[in-house]
Amino acid sequence: MSLRHALLAAALLLPALLLQNVLLWRLPLPGATPDPLLLVMMGLAVVWGPREGALLGFLSGLALDLVSPGDGPVGQWALIFCLAGWVAGLAADAVERSALVVLLLVAGVAAGAVVAYALVGGFLSDPRVSWEALRSVLPWAVAYDVLLTPFVVPPVIALARRVDPRERRYSVPLGVSR
Amino acid sequence: MRDSRRTRVVLALLLLASVTLIMLDARSSSGPAAWLRSTAQSIWAPVQTAFSGVVGPVVEFFDGLGDDEQARLDELERENAELRAQLRTSELARNRAAELDALLRVAGAGQYRTVPAQVIAVGPAQGFASTATIDAGEIDGLRPEMTVLNGDGLVGRVKSVTQTTALVVLLKDATSSVGARLEGSMDLGILTGDGTDTLALRVLDPQVTIAADDRVVTFGSSGGSPYVPGVPIGAVSRVESTPGQLVRLATVDPYVDFNALDLVGVVVEAPREDPRDSVLPPKPAPSPAPAPEPAPAPAATPTPSPVAFRGSRG
Repeated sequence: MSLRHALLAAALLLPALLLQNVLLWRLPLPGATPDPLLLVMMGLAVVWGPREGALLGFLSGLALDLVSPGDGPVGQWALIFCLAGWVAGLAADAVERSALVVLLLVAGVAAGAVVAYALVGGFLSDPRVSWEALRSVLPWAVAYDVLLTPFVVPPVIALARRVDPRERRYSVPLGVSR
Repeated sequence: MRDSRRTRVVLALLLLASVTLIMLDARSSSGPAAWLRSTAQSIWAPVQTAFSGVVGPVVEFFDGLGDDEQARLDELERENAELRAQLRTSELARNRAAELDALLRVAGAGQYRTVPAQVIAVGPAQGFASTATIDAGEIDGLRPEMTVLNGDGLVGRVKSVTQTTALVVLLKDATSSVGARLEGSMDLGILTGDGTDTLALRVLDPQVTIAADDRVVTFGSSGGSPYVPGVPIGAVSRVESTPGQLVRLATVDPYVDFNALDLVGVVVEAPREDPRDSVLPPKPAPSPAPAPEPAPAPAATPTPSPVAFRGSRG
C-alpha cells in the first residue's frame, strides 16, 4: 500500500468511525445502526483491489473493535471486515461495468457481515446472539447500508481513483519533489 | 486477477491475526488484547469527546424526531411554555443544566454519591450489544460493576474501565438482569433486557397483583454492586396473563430514553440506607391532562425554578 493510499484511507475511515460512534446511534432509527465505516472501506476496496481491501478491512475492523463500545472480543470485527474488504476487491471489475453491482455488493456484504458476526458470536457462546436478535437486526442493517450507499460509495470511489493516477509512469513518486 | 497468490497469503495472514486476537481476548480479560483496547481508547476518547461537543446542536435536533405524535405534541406545548419564560437562555446550555439538575435531584434523594460523566459513543446494533462509552474512568474513581443512572432513572452498569473511559452495559442489553421491586411493596421481580426498548419483568410471587403504570425501582444487589437500591427503572406497560405459571410476566417501559443518553452519573458510593421509593418523582395525577400552565406572571426574578425535569429534552 502506497503512502497516498494510506493517507486517503485514514482521512476517510477515521471520520466515518467517528460519525458512526458519536452521531448515528442517536438517530431514532429502529433495528440497526448505519455503517459508514463499512461503506467507505468497500468503496476503497473496489478501486484498490482485494489485497488492499483485505488489509483496509482488517485495520478498520480492528479500529471498530478497539474504540467502539461493543462488548465482543477484539478481532471479531477485524475478521469480518477483512473478508468484506477482500470480497469487495474481488468485485472490482464487475463494479466498473454497472453501478447496480455496487448496490448488490453492499447489500450482500452488509447481510453477510451481520450473519458472520452472529455466527462468530454463537461460536464463542455470546449470550446476546439469538435467532430473534439476528432477525430483528439483519433487514435494517441491509436497508440502511443500501440507502446510504449512493451518498457514500461513489464519492469514495472517485477519490480513490483520483489519488491513483492510471498512468503510473507519468506520476512523480512521492517524496521526490522538485 | 493481479498476483492473486500474494493476495491469498495476505488474506490468510490477516484472518489468522484476527482469530488469534479473538482467542486471546476471549480467554482472559487482561491480556495483550485488553491492553491494546485500553491504549486505543485513551487515544481516541478525547477525539470522540471533542466531536460530541461539536455535534451537540445537531443531536438536539435529532433527539426530537421519531417520538410518538401525541407525546410530541404535549412535549412541544410544555416546551413552548418553558421557552417563553427563558427566551434568552441558550437551549443547549439549558438542557445540560436541566439534566444535571435532574441527576442531582436523583442523587440527592437517594443519597448516592455519584461521579458525572458524558456518554461519548454507543456501539452499533450490528454487534448485538447495547453498550456505551462514557468519558470517566479509573482515575475518576470508577470500578467495574458500579450503577449508572441519570436524571430519569437507571441507565445500566459499568462493565469495564480504562484510565479515562468506561464501558457501560445498558439496561436494555440482552445480558442485563436487575433485581426489581414494585413501588410501595416488597414484591420482587427480575428485569431483563432483550435489546429492544422495553424490559421484561418476572415477578417471583404468582399471587401478586400488578397493574399497568405500577412503578418499578431497583431492589439493590448485595453490597450495592452492581446495582444500588431505590433507583427508578420504569413503569409497567402491559401485564401478561399467565395462569398456572410460577411467575408473573409484565412489560416495563424504562424511564431512560436510550437513544438520547447524554449526561449520566456513576454511583461510586452506595447509600447507607435503602432509599425505598423516595427517589421516584411524586406520582402524576391519574389523568395526565396537559392542563395549560398558568401563564408565567411577569416574574420579578428570572431564575428558573428547578422543577422536576422529565423527558422534555427537545
